[in-house]
Amino acid sequence: MKTINWKDVIKKAVIYLIVGSGALLMIVPFLWMLSSSLQTSHQVNLRPPVWFPNPPQWGNYQRILHYAPYFPRYFLNNIIVASVGTILELSTSILAAFAFSRLKFWGRDVVFYILLATMMIPAEIMLIPNFLTIVRLGWLDTYQALIIPWSASILSIFLLRQFFLGIPDSLSHAAKVDGCRNFRFLWAVMVPLARPALVTIALLSIISSWNAFLWPLIVTNSHNMRTLPLGLALFRGEAGTFFELLMAASVVVVLPMVILFVIMQKHIVASVSRSGLKG
Amino acid sequence: MTERRTIKETIQAYLYLAPALLILGTFSIYPVIRSLLMSFTTVHRRSMEVEEIGLHNYRFLMEDPRFHLALRNTFTFVLGVVPVAIVISLFIAVLLNQKIRGAAFFRSVYFLPFVTSTIAIAMVWSWIFHSNHGILNYFLGFIGIAPRPWIEHPDYAMTALIIMSIWSRLGFNIVILLAGLQTIDKQLYLAARVDGAGVWHRFKAVTAPLLSPSIFFLMVIGVIGGFRVFGEIYALFASGATPLPGPANSALTVVYYVFQRFWDDRNFGLATAAAVVLFVIILIFTLIQFWLGKKLVHYK
Repeated sequence: MKTINWKDVIKKAVIYLIVGSGALLMIVPFLWMLSSSLQTSHQVNLRPPVWFPNPPQWGNYQRILHYAPYFPRYFLNNIIVASVGTILELSTSILAAFAFSRLKFWGRDVVFYILLATMMIPAEIMLIPNFLTIVRLGWLDTYQALIIPWSASILSIFLLRQFFLGIPDSLSHAAKVDGCRNFRFLWAVMVPLARPALVTIALLSIISSWNAFLWPLIVTNSHNMRTLPLGLALFRGEAGTFFELLMAASVVVVLPMVILFVIMQKHIVASVSRSGLKG
Repeated sequence: MTERRTIKETIQAYLYLAPALLILGTFSIYPVIRSLLMSFTTVHRRSMEVEEIGLHNYRFLMEDPRFHLALRNTFTFVLGVVPVAIVISLFIAVLLNQKIRGAAFFRSVYFLPFVTSTIAIAMVWSWIFHSNHGILNYFLGFIGIAPRPWIEHPDYAMTALIIMSIWSRLGFNIVILLAGLQTIDKQLYLAARVDGAGVWHRFKAVTAPLLSPSIFFLMVIGVIGGFRVFGEIYALFASGATPLPGPANSALTVVYYVFQRFWDDRNFGLATAAAVVLFVIILIFTLIQFWLGKKLVHYK
């Protein structure tokens, strides 16, 4: 017969209680955002709060357009900037990481260490000169301005280089014997092998680009080029004190990343503990 | 390894590097140098003429009460967020590491703010903090705490910002700490238990030293991130369409100061000088932390 170890049971119960209430505190703002977004302007101010509005006011999501007709455009811009930016960042990283890990050339270590050193410098110091560069290029209020400055990342190059270094040299020799040129070898052998590292880079790039705020704020000035976080910040002025609409707009901004997170949970968590950095 | 570098391979290598170097050179390396130079100049608004003014911008910053306020607020923010967030997440991470069912689920819940736009986070919190209709004041009412004007009054604004920021940083910390905890050999705990060490003693003798590299990493990242806070403030305290660094500048931070000098005043020289000061502060703090880290952090 198995006796119940009460000490263990109590210990487990206390752990669940603490971790559970913590998790509740984490999730409540999200639930409140969602719940508020489905309430009427009257319900949203009622106390005690309404958690399950019945019927849910799905119309609030349509009413966003009344105050901010450009919201779909912001959404489209976010998708364009995040996807094109990520593809470019992957390409520049693959090419650079290949050179740093597989080719022998003059200045390799110097260039590499200069890049590593710049990784420590906060991006804010680059803000104003970069803004002036964008002005001089005539890129103000364009997709280029939103995408190009972020289409190469030292962190990504570094992560991928480490991964490439772990791929055995014998593979490359075998390929050389087969008459495989460097580029084909990179494309056909290295890239498929480096999938985990590429997924890490892509996920971090998508998340940071989707949520970017300060840079889009200064290089865009028309509704056509604004991105979602920017549109959300502006929406506050447009929808005034309608918190149910403000929350609906917030849900629109947050939901795609939450869905991405639910699908790619393991990869995202692993990516973060691997690289330790957000963008 | 034999290092045979041929001209051909060098040319080829730089072709591979060209796209990345072009972008990083233009948008990451050149602007750092340009910023340093710009901080010694002023740009005339009309003519866009650049004039060398030496240390004038830095001298101005030293005497500008707004900049002092921004520095003080930034320090308060960093001190209020980083240690508390690390202690709480350490506590939660250790509990999550106790082989409980659903640990991965809980970790994901804590991690959710990491993937969320800081603007959206600030939006929902400005609603939670709302003085008349906010649910925070409503819930605080249950435990007999009178409603507070969290984001409308300068006495509470920084506290509100700190609470929100701790909340949004926990998940990242927990993920890093859990990764650190998983590298600790379980045998060590068994050995400590055999020696009769209690929970606190096991934490002090095994967990803390072996986890110190992760904690150290979180401190460095947390301090750097804390000094760079901007978007949260921009969205949390906005009144209508006008962004505000908190009531009576109570949440004016250094990056916000840079933004105002650059964006509102169009004073490029002064704004870059403030950014350079921020960079130097971050650098000094990072160096101090590394120096302390060498003494305290236990590397295998």
